[in-house]
Amino acid sequence: MTAQVPIAAEAETALAAPVRRSRGRGALVLRRFARNRTALLGLVLVVLLVLFAYVVPYLVHWKYTDNDWNNLGTGPSGTHWFGTNHSGQDMFALTMRGLQKSLVIGLIGGPLSTFVAALVGACAGYFGGWTDRVLMWVLEFMLVVPSFLIIAVLSPHFAHTTWLIFVVLLAAFQWMITARVVRSMTMTVKDREYVLAARYMGVGSMRIIFRHVLPNLASILIVDATVQVGTIVLSETALSYFGFGVQPPDVSLGTLIADGTPDATTFPWLFFFPALFLVLLGIAVAFIGDGLRDAFDPSAAGAKARGKAQKKRDRASGAVAGPDAVALPGARNADAGGGDAEVISLTTGEGPRTAPTAQEGLSS
Amino acid sequence: MTATPSTPPGTTAESAAATGAPALEVRDLRVTFPSEAGQVQAVRGMDFAIRSGETLALVGESGSGKSVTATAVLGLLPDTATVQGSVKLAGRELLGLPDREMSKIRGRGIGMVFQDPLSALTPVYSIGTQLIEALQVHQDISKAEARTRAIELLDLVGIPDPRRRVDAFPHEFSGGMRQRAVIAQAIANDPDVIIADEPTTALDVTIQAQVLEILKRAQEVTGAAILMITHDLGVVAGMADRVTVMYAGKAVETGTADEVFYAPKMPYTIGLLGAIPRLDAGSGAREALTPVEGNPPSMVDLPVGCPFAARCPVAIDKCRTTDPALLPTGDEGEGRAAACLRSGEIGEPDGLARERMFPTPPVPENAFTADRETRPQVLAVTNLVKHFPLTKGQVFKRRIGTVRAVDGVDFEIRQGETLGLVGESGCGKTTTLLQILDLPTKQEGSVTVLGKETKSLGARARRELRKDLQVVFQDPMASLDSRMPVGDILAEPLRTHNWDNDRIHARIPELLKLVGLLPEHAERYPSEFSGGQRQRIGIARALALDPKLIVLDEPVSALDVSIQAGVINLLDELKHRLGLSYLFVAHDLAVTRHIADRIAVMYLGRIVEYGDAAEVFERPSHPYTQALLSAVPLPDPHKERERRRIILQGDLPSPADVPSGCRFRTRCPKFAGLTDAEAERCRTEDPSQSRLGADHTAACHYAAALEVV
Repeated sequence: MTAQVPIAAEAETALAAPVRRSRGRGALVLRRFARNRTALLGLVLVVLLVLFAYVVPYLVHWKYTDNDWNNLGTGPSGTHWFGTNHSGQDMFALTMRGLQKSLVIGLIGGPLSTFVAALVGACAGYFGGWTDRVLMWVLEFMLVVPSFLIIAVLSPHFAHTTWLIFVVLLAAFQWMITARVVRSMTMTVKDREYVLAARYMGVGSMRIIFRHVLPNLASILIVDATVQVGTIVLSETALSYFGFGVQPPDVSLGTLIADGTPDATTFPWLFFFPALFLVLLGIAVAFIGDGLRDAFDPSAAGAKARGKAQKKRDRASGAVAGPDAVALPGARNADAGGGDAEVISLTTGEGPRTAPTAQEGLSS
Repeated sequence: MTATPSTPPGTTAESAAATGAPALEVRDLRVTFPSEAGQVQAVRGMDFAIRSGETLALVGESGSGKSVTATAVLGLLPDTATVQGSVKLAGRELLGLPDREMSKIRGRGIGMVFQDPLSALTPVYSIGTQLIEALQVHQDISKAEARTRAIELLDLVGIPDPRRRVDAFPHEFSGGMRQRAVIAQAIANDPDVIIADEPTTALDVTIQAQVLEILKRAQEVTGAAILMITHDLGVVAGMADRVTVMYAGKAVETGTADEVFYAPKMPYTIGLLGAIPRLDAGSGAREALTPVEGNPPSMVDLPVGCPFAARCPVAIDKCRTTDPALLPTGDEGEGRAAACLRSGEIGEPDGLARERMFPTPPVPENAFTADRETRPQVLAVTNLVKHFPLTKGQVFKRRIGTVRAVDGVDFEIRQGETLGLVGESGCGKTTTLLQILDLPTKQEGSVTVLGKETKSLGARARRELRKDLQVVFQDPMASLDSRMPVGDILAEPLRTHNWDNDRIHARIPELLKLVGLLPEHAERYPSEFSGGQRQRIGIARALALDPKLIVLDEPVSALDVSIQAGVINLLDELKHRLGLSYLFVAHDLAVTRHIADRIAVMYLGRIVEYGDAAEVFERPSHPYTQALLSAVPLPDPHKERERRRIILQGDLPSPADVPSGCRFRTRCPKFAGLTDAEAERCRTEDPSQSRLGADHTAACHYAAALEVV
């Protein structure tokens, strides 16, 4: 390296000024997430929904258990913002109450199911051998067993405990298919050289799974979590319909939708408002999921820095170029925090991709 | 030779030769692709012409546009690409022809040999079926005739027992044989032009030598012009009559091979030739390699002026404003041209000298001048064995054989020295590496790292030992987790061994500085770096814990030549400065010659020759080493042409079916010339290492030194 000594000398003086500690992956992911406006919108939406569900009912006159006998099945009006149902209950209060339940079911149950799927799939794929076999037998068993019947059988035992148990039970029957996908993706990731490098460094297996394997599957895991939020809310509906899970007089968005569907054409407000809030929840979670996915993926364009002012500043201060870098004006795709000190050429300085691998030799 | 097919007018080589027109003529070819970042000008005005029987080599690094040129000539670019200019095959314009017309020309007027033979052949059809298809599409012959012709072709390209092999499937062939089958397919219809796009890059050195011979023979037989695209200047020196050097989508120098290699007139060519490690470098004063600093420019945002100006040591102000055209340089001969404003001064007595045009970094001081024996031992491996069982059956697996990947390997490394482990694919060198890195408890032989034998280590001692034994992998893209920022990647070994946060945050900028990167780079992701820089990050990660021994698995084979030089110099410098020892596994002998102090040559799981690097390279005594060294192409046209190559017959035997006695006897050139009694010894007795010098052993009954480089 020609310029090793001069660069070292310059870098010395640069280092004399205090160097900011470089941020780790977690901090960088949060920063990238915060740059994404849609994701922030999703976050704001979720916060608003939570506020609406938990705080606003205290500020409104009608509670969800009250019956207004003068307004049975009336449409939205000044006193009843979302109208009333056939028993005179205020739809707004009911929807908010249902939103409380569904928020908890969806936002806890969805990610929980994904987490179980990730753990089981990654362990099966990474360890192989008997661990893989046993976990796959359990998975196959869970796929075959009729989940509904099991929950139906178990529910009387939990009738006196908190209904959150149902969230756990629902999650327990949702993880299987994703686990399969995670397992096969783990098997491809496990032989990559960075996993080998970590193993030869002495990093423990579970740590490798959480540090290297799962983040590389983050895209699919986040998408899965997003989808599971909606799926679990709807499976809860099916349970409640048959008398398990959330029971009247308590409501969830699912039960409200189920109750309102027959009247959807004649009394639309009975169906529309619960459905709207479920859709809002789904959209908000989808935005957050997209934002997270882009934040984890370094090549995603959405989360990259767009600091033009930063670039100008760096150029003015004469950022020292490394030996492999060329300072060319008009460099694109330079991330903030390094300015123009580097050109990322469209094809990188690599030779032909296929170096002689084991193509020779093993075939006769 | 064959039934003469009916030919469309104006496309025969004979008519081209008769009129004196070149077989393939390309004028002002321009190719642009749309992309997310803007228009990519992949090719910006290529001109060349090839006559029948001539070989033109298109040389350049990745991103220079050479493969795109070939694909444009063949009409295989995607529809989104804009192609302008003129491509004439024996006078017939090809650009703008509809696909149906082009399909008649491809395979008939132009034959193709691509890089990866495994993907060039359909796996579900036999080789014979594919050859017959190639013949029947362009010629009007019956299936039986086509089959006879296919067998003839397979014989021509040197596939043994063609009558039986014609029905074999591609996966039953080895890589070299597959590439030969692809060449057979390319010449099946007597093409006027053969385009070979990196035909031997994926092959081992000895197989490469075989395939290049076949390509030359194919050219003699068909009289075709060959357009060879490659980055390997050694291959160019051996095969090419004329050379065109490409950089950033344009030709920057053209001429005959002699002119370009011995008297280049463009600084990029000079830099490229200076950056190659030479196999025939004397063992005199060791010099560092001369890298070409910087990276090729982005093809989206090309700078004004000469694209090489930013990396050129002799650039003047005018170079940054005017893009030089490819102009003839004086009166050396027609076709000699260079795209440099100062080409007239290069090589002139009072102009710019070619030597030292690119600054060579100083060779670092060697701190370990003490005698080898006095230095402590860092790694000692005795009788390392790794066999893999071959099993059959789904539920109840039964063992039907053993793959003897590593079958008894002995070597040692002392402090401050580099051992190069060389061999071809399938010889077991990567398996040896992985066995050592595993620090195995169940091992027939023994692995002793820093004086501690791995069999006797508990889990904690093993973790401690890992601090001193680190690894750098081959593929710069796959060896770094693309989802972790560089700082976290470097911090990982430190965190694993319980360093506290403050120490870690102080160490990260130190490591980046050590390998020539900047502290700001710690927050970037690996995908934002070039291949050479990623490999530097991999090296920095290996250095994080101050190890004593670093194992490198082909660290530079995935990099371009000019970037390779920079990384090799870095490794050299770190070795001298930090007192490291390296176990360097490579298949590139020139690189190994440059960096290794000692060499072990492996073949089928055994070491066949072992000793001091200079000794082994200058006096190779085992026939395999001799063949290996003679197969490496030298980037020197005169030497290449005058060399007598030792070509090995046949293919590597399967490690599951190792020959009895000496395992090399099936391909050994010496074995053919032995008397019966001597041959019997080779057949029955497994040779042990015989001492040939102070630090030189070879496992051959009839070892004798031979100068092959």
